[in-house]
Amino acid sequence: MNLPPFQRLLDEHRVDVYRFLVASVGRQAADDCFQETFLSALRAYPRLRDASNLRGWLFTIATRKAFDHWRVEGRKPVPVERVPEREAPERADDDPELWRAVGTLPPMQRAAVIHRYVLDLPYADVAQALGITEEAARANTYEGRKRLRSMQEVGA
Amino acid sequence: MKLTERAGGIMKGWDEGLEEASRRAAESTVTAARSRGLVDVGYTVVDSPIGSLLVASTRVGLVRLEYLDGDPDDALEELAGTISPRLLEDPKRTEAARRQLDAYFDGRVKRFRTALDWSLTREGFSRRVLEATAAIPFGSVTTYRDVAKRAGSPRAARAAGNALHDNPIPIVVPCHRVVPSGGGVGKYGGQEWRKEFLLRLEGALHGSD
Repeated sequence: MNLPPFQRLLDEHRVDVYRFLVASVGRQAADDCFQETFLSALRAYPRLRDASNLRGWLFTIATRKAFDHWRVEGRKPVPVERVPEREAPERADDDPELWRAVGTLPPMQRAAVIHRYVLDLPYADVAQALGITEEAARANTYEGRKRLRSMQEVGA
Repeated sequence: MKLTERAGGIMKGWDEGLEEASRRAAESTVTAARSRGLVDVGYTVVDSPIGSLLVASTRVGLVRLEYLDGDPDDALEELAGTISPRLLEDPKRTEAARRQLDAYFDGRVKRFRTALDWSLTREGFSRRVLEATAAIPFGSVTTYRDVAKRAGSPRAARAAGNALHDNPIPIVVPCHRVVPSGGGVGKYGGQEWRKEFLLRLEGALHGSD
């Protein structure tokens, strides 16, 4: 089977993978997770059997790295809300409150919500990235959303 | 505001920085990949007086030099298929070869001392032809027949021509120094004007013939 040059994967998907990781683990940890994602991918690449969805494959690996990170970090809220102070002036749409809430979701729901709403992926892609069925992807997204909404109501 | 809209808006403040930040992350990933031995082929596209060149090196040495007459996509895909898909843009890996090429085109280097990786050439006659060619000194030329002879098959001038046409490392393995015994510069896989340019650069071709 002919796999494209790995550089092409890096060129075509690095921005989106990076975006997902920033949303998932925050900017501080995104660089490390990004590197681990692409090194893992590079290690496995020559043995890859199915090249029909390389983007999905990369997102599966990136999601696994995000899960690993969350496991290590425990249930601390994602440190994302600190980012605007360092990188850019505070903006209304950074929405730190929502971020904190997302950070308290169980990993599967958290990842599903990020894939679905931050990256705007269809459920089929969310399912692939999480290694679950499309039904389970919908269910996790739904549960995550419900929980976020109830947190907002409690907070309000 | 709806949750979905708020979530979508979350990334807006960062989007401008993502391109730059991810580019930097990608660069340090390549560095890390190299130090972990995960880059099978590193390449760089460089400018030269005879057009863009794709320079590709393995851990062993320079494996491919290719004249590019457009974007490098096809050339890269071929390398991914023939050597390894673990192919990454890596200026560090190609640095030694690039420096020598620069020096060659500036007239500062007459003999390439870069390590070569012969992976793209079959063992046997083809390989012997290219090795014999690599020994032809700067500024001189020889014939297809002579190269065939040095490769051990004096009558295989035509086969020697084919091997030279398939030379994966032109310029450094100077197939441009092999010319027809009947005169003229002869054929060149990288187009004849480039062969003329190289022979002129080396002082092996005079006048406008």
